[in-house]
Amino acid sequence: MMRQLRAEWTKFRTVRGWVTGMALAGGFIIAFGLFPGMQGTCTDNKCKLPTGPQGHLVTDRFEFAGQTLDGDGSLTVNVTSMTGELPPGPNAEQPRQGLTPWAKAGLIIKDGTKAGSPYAAIMLTGSHGVRLQHNYLYDQAGAGAASWLRLTRAGDAITGEQSADGTHWTKVGTVVLKGLPTKVQAGLFATSPQHSEASALLSSSGPSSVTATFRQVSQQGSWSGQLEETELTGSGDIGPLVSGSSGLGVSVTQALAGTFLGLVFAIVIGTTYVTSEYRRGLMRTTFSATPRRGRVLAAKAIVAGGATFVTGLVAATVAVVFGQKMLRDNGVFVHPVTTATEVRVIVGTAALLALCTVFGVAIGVLLRRSALAVTIGVTGIVLPYILAMSVLPDGAGRWLLSISPAAAFAIQQSAVEYAHVANNYIPTEGFFPLSPWLGFAVLAAWTAVAVGLAAVVISRRDA
Amino acid sequence: MIEVNGLRKRFGPQLALDGMTFKVEPGKVTGFVGPNGAGKSTTMRVVLGLDAADEGTTLVDGQRYRQLRQPLCVLGSLLDASALQPSRTARDHLLWMAHSQGLTGKRVDAVLGQTGLTGVAKRRAGGFSLGMRQRLGIASALLGDPRAVMLDEPFNGMDPEGIVWVRGLLRSLAADGRAVLVSSHLMSELEDVADHVIIVGRGKVIADTSVKDLLTSASGGRVNVRSQDVAAALAALPEGEPTGPSTLTVTGMTAEAVVARLNGHGVPFSEVSAHRASLEDAYMDLTREAVEYRGVSS
Repeated sequence: MMRQLRAEWTKFRTVRGWVTGMALAGGFIIAFGLFPGMQGTCTDNKCKLPTGPQGHLVTDRFEFAGQTLDGDGSLTVNVTSMTGELPPGPNAEQPRQGLTPWAKAGLIIKDGTKAGSPYAAIMLTGSHGVRLQHNYLYDQAGAGAASWLRLTRAGDAITGEQSADGTHWTKVGTVVLKGLPTKVQAGLFATSPQHSEASALLSSSGPSSVTATFRQVSQQGSWSGQLEETELTGSGDIGPLVSGSSGLGVSVTQALAGTFLGLVFAIVIGTTYVTSEYRRGLMRTTFSATPRRGRVLAAKAIVAGGATFVTGLVAATVAVVFGQKMLRDNGVFVHPVTTATEVRVIVGTAALLALCTVFGVAIGVLLRRSALAVTIGVTGIVLPYILAMSVLPDGAGRWLLSISPAAAFAIQQSAVEYAHVANNYIPTEGFFPLSPWLGFAVLAAWTAVAVGLAAVVISRRDA
Repeated sequence: MIEVNGLRKRFGPQLALDGMTFKVEPGKVTGFVGPNGAGKSTTMRVVLGLDAADEGTTLVDGQRYRQLRQPLCVLGSLLDASALQPSRTARDHLLWMAHSQGLTGKRVDAVLGQTGLTGVAKRRAGGFSLGMRQRLGIASALLGDPRAVMLDEPFNGMDPEGIVWVRGLLRSLAADGRAVLVSSHLMSELEDVADHVIIVGRGKVIADTSVKDLLTSASGGRVNVRSQDVAAALAALPEGEPTGPSTLTVTGMTAEAVVARLNGHGVPFSEVSAHRASLEDAYMDLTREAVEYRGVSS
């Protein structure tokens, strides 16, 4: 097998078109990464954001009326009304009355007022009912409608309860805030996040607000002062920061926007690497040198796939590392990601390119004709991605990116999706319908089928 | 040694091979001759494991080609000199083939020298004339220093100098003890080269014979006589038949016997020569049937 690999590598590197194509594939990925043509206003640390207890960037902005609670205690309130204002919709000019689904009003216990500090809160929401949330990332739903809320502290444990009438209480849950100091800030809060709407081709987003009326406040335990019945109007959110239209900035994926062009080259190289041999009758020479044709297919797939993998790895590394810097220098807020995510995105991009090349090799064997094979390869992989990213409505785009080989673009997703944070979680904002590895598995399955068919055909067919 | 046993292969309605059977012995140049469409190339493809025969087997050095670990070191072949990636240089073309057999660039440079391509080794094969491509194809056949060589129409597109070179090369390969099979649709190309010929038509062997025997049988023991007095010569040689105003042919006698008879009768003559049939003549006789068939089908 080493001989076949060496022979195929010699073949590959001695045709200038393939080597040039490979360089162009990498070049386009790097060029799109380094010259993003995207501008922002987040220069000079203007977009410095608080960090939550888990190290995530968070939004921690809300209207608060509170006192210091010393030791254990509880707080009960009746939220009698929630009203709000929404930004103008896609086809409107005036702000509208209404609540955004994740508008929040309720009770909160927090380790001081510093942004990003640990907290637990029970709240009513615009359309998600009663929720018990803590430390930005965690959310659990209550059961049924309620207007009465209670938050009880016992040591590190905080329990949320709900009630429809102030008499019959249901426990929503208990959360533990490790190392919570004896003295905490506790009280009433209201906040309402960015509101976004997406119709077929238009999406709009803007700030919203909520006004909540708090009645019958009752405090148990040692408090620094009495909490009054009040009305709070808030705008903001308590939750993890997301990228995209309702969040802030872009994800690292943005630096790899040129991948689709690199893929076109990868597919063309993969297919013509095979079809050019069929066209000139050179495949007969190849088979007479290596009569075990399965080995020929394997060697071609490994060599072409390997070459694209290495090219993709270099290009994606440059694009991600320097592209992020370029974006930040341009004032674009780029969500920081863990090294593990960055490595997954870079290696995944290289693997995506490599698999597409292998897919091209298999299609080349099956069809033997360059024009047809290239057309099918590009139509099958790159076109679904481009359609989903441009003209297709969200539903159709998500469907295409779930079943077509383009699903593998999910491997590039670095933005995190949170069910309890409203946002346009759409492909154009860097959110793919499938999880990274599942999306990759879809392409892997397509490739496996194509290679399997090619292996059968190549050994049975007269050369 | 190449052995072909009872190959049958059908392409759609057409029977391409119809029991093709022959052996190519080492130490000889064996010509593989027949009209276009007789099944020569198909047979070669089956030998190389490229096409599967419906029936029959082929062996190279006693093994099936597909089982050879270094096939190019057992059987070197040239099927189509134009099967090249045009943008790859001659040397690189040979280099990947060498690597596929575990050979190195040294062997490549050796066959480039042997085929007179050293000067153009770094030029792209796409710019080569057919003659140069044939040389490159022959170089690739010799790459593995194989015990058997199989060349399909190696004379095509070659200039006279190239043809002379190929003939010399084929003879020297056979002299080294290799089995050499050379196909051609023109018998004349194999004149003075082939020791043995396999003549095929309609997918099967028509004649499998040494060149010497073929020529003898085609000559048929005829003697040509040229004389001023044909009538007297005929009187002396009642077996003769006139073939022109001053020539006649005698069958069944040696030239010496004819001279003795003419001298005995005092008949003057200017020439007595044993008839030498060309390979072409013998071939035309043998393939007439196949050619007629082709004429009908086309």
